[in-house]
Amino acid sequence: MADNQSTGFQEKMEKNVWLLLLILALALTVGGIVEIVPLFTMKTTMEHNAAPELVWQRQPGQTLHDHKPGDGVRPYTALELAGRDIYQREGCYTCHSQMVRPFRDEKERYGHYSLASESMYDHPFQWGSKRTGPDFARLGGKYSDDWQRKHLRAPRSVVPESVMPNYPWLKDSLVEGKDMAARFKVMRLLGVPYTDEDIASANAELAGKTEEDAMVAYLQVLGTMAKLDENKVYRE
Amino acid sequence: MDAAAEQKYNFAVVRWFTVMAVVYLVVGALVGVYIAAELAWPFLNFDLPYITFGRLRPLHTNAVIFAFGGCALMATSFYSVQRTCGVRLWSDKLAWFTFWGWNLIIVSAVITLPLGITTAKEYAELEWPIDLAIAVVWLVYSFNFIMTLATRKTSHIYVSNWFFLGMMVMITYLHVVNSLAVPVDLFKSYSAFSGVQDAMIQWWYGHNAVGFYLTAGFLGIMYYFVPKQAGRPVYSYRLSVVHFWALMFGYVWLGSHHLQYTALPDWAGSLGAAVSLAMIIPSWGGAVNGMMTLSGAWDKLRTDYILRFMIMSLAFYAMSTFEGPVMSLKTVNALSHYTDWTVGHVHSGALGWVAMVAIGAIYHLMMRTFHTEMWSMKLINAHFWTATIGAVIYIVAMWVSGIMQGLMWRAYDEYGTLAYTFAESVEAMHPYYAMRTVGGAIFLLGALMMLINVLMTVAKASSEGSLQQARTAAATA
Repeated sequence: MADNQSTGFQEKMEKNVWLLLLILALALTVGGIVEIVPLFTMKTTMEHNAAPELVWQRQPGQTLHDHKPGDGVRPYTALELAGRDIYQREGCYTCHSQMVRPFRDEKERYGHYSLASESMYDHPFQWGSKRTGPDFARLGGKYSDDWQRKHLRAPRSVVPESVMPNYPWLKDSLVEGKDMAARFKVMRLLGVPYTDEDIASANAELAGKTEEDAMVAYLQVLGTMAKLDENKVYRE
Repeated sequence: MDAAAEQKYNFAVVRWFTVMAVVYLVVGALVGVYIAAELAWPFLNFDLPYITFGRLRPLHTNAVIFAFGGCALMATSFYSVQRTCGVRLWSDKLAWFTFWGWNLIIVSAVITLPLGITTAKEYAELEWPIDLAIAVVWLVYSFNFIMTLATRKTSHIYVSNWFFLGMMVMITYLHVVNSLAVPVDLFKSYSAFSGVQDAMIQWWYGHNAVGFYLTAGFLGIMYYFVPKQAGRPVYSYRLSVVHFWALMFGYVWLGSHHLQYTALPDWAGSLGAAVSLAMIIPSWGGAVNGMMTLSGAWDKLRTDYILRFMIMSLAFYAMSTFEGPVMSLKTVNALSHYTDWTVGHVHSGALGWVAMVAIGAIYHLMMRTFHTEMWSMKLINAHFWTATIGAVIYIVAMWVSGIMQGLMWRAYDEYGTLAYTFAESVEAMHPYYAMRTVGGAIFLLGALMMLINVLMTVAKASSEGSLQQARTAAATA
């Protein structure tokens, strides 16, 4: 074709690598800035700005264990966070999502659609991208602790169709001795409201606990912290 | 002429990256086939923590993207930047630092991921010390490439180098921002971001790792190696300018289409979907430009098996860049999200486009840098057909299982209740998971043929003395 000649600014860039680099460096930032920065600044992103009851209002002197299901989103307890770390270590997010979408079938299968405020303390997020197994956003309380243990040790003993690996080693290894205080401190640095008392008692809470105990504690708290109102429109 | 090129340019580092790319293709595909089999026959997890699906899946993705893809990109970019600029790499030392650094990172990934040392962010699972190493090696690689461009003998920077340059800048942004974390200890860190912001940043990273690493970078490969292999100039210069800038500016916006109907604000997801739709045009611009480069030379496909890989890769690229925007439409996404359809889409891009164009380029590089013919041309043809058939079986299996999953999850019976339990949908996937394993295994078989062919060619070059000759002969060009 006869259009093999560059002209104007394009030609300048093709002859000057530094100019090309500069223009590329600018062009490549636009989309990211437009889509990411407003998420930190716009109040409508987090539903609790309009519905403050979604987040637990901790009174002075209260520990994380004074929270009751439905009181609102709170930081994870030491055992739950230990469980969450194991959840990540085992790559559970590769097959399980934690994000219910606002569809009729998902509501009936899993429950109320997920809110952004519900994962505000989740570093990193665990929304997932694939459901080889079911969604976990509202898993807490759906099954008994015993069922969860049985299922973790041998999934096909309770769900014959399951393709999940067995996790028998979780019951045999202790989480005791994990430095949860250090993990709480990092979380606090990142904005998760742990108190000095939470941090001081974190390691002691793992005494005698197994990895399976921690996993079950984490799975059972998912989606139970905040009570969502069926009749309220949290986001549009 | 061989001797002149061998002595003028740094081909040694290209040779090493080329051979390692083939090794990692086999390793990455092998792990992929194994985890595919685990989903079909879960006993294969053998109650061993290190080989469970959850730990091996990140190893598979990291191996194919960063080990295979990375070595292929570094081999091809180091080769083509020297050829198109008419100068040797700016620094041999930095090039070797890049080679050893990148391979050490890969080794550390192979060790840490099965141990469960992970950030749990998809495609960015490696923990913070390795992330730091990646940043250093990546910047050294980019710096060497840019300085080679800056010292070029030609007046214009050739189009393949624009794409490599765009990839280098964007991957630097993505890696630095998405990896921001606060360490607890050497093996554990927590992401600096949480919830919805973390999700958006992760998918801005995730989609652009595809968009810039696996698309822009591999378009760079296409723009050098397709015209070279076909012996024809690029079809349209103007088209390459337009689709380059459209791709650079536009692709960055697409990440949010991974989060439609989630707790990400609707405006962000819709914006991503709208730009995704528009991206069909520049994507097809690239595919057309590559394919039409063959105009007047289509007969070469009959005899040139390497060219077949390249043209097939462009067909898959066109197919998959049409499928992507379709899947980002809200109504389609509502069905396809969370299902195997996404996995199938990724693999039509990964097996069909990324792997095939890289494989074509690698065969081309093998002959140019070892100064000899491939050990077996017939084996290349056999590889072509196994790769194509394997990829098609894989993709079809995932289309069927993905759409079936989506439909089963939302199906209602005549009483207005959900027709299927989740477990029933899992059970229904079994034949397709088995079929996917077979497709992947056929693709792996092709990769093994390639490894044998490449190793035998290295041995042949050494026994013929072709490499030695090129190194020592008086340059006469």
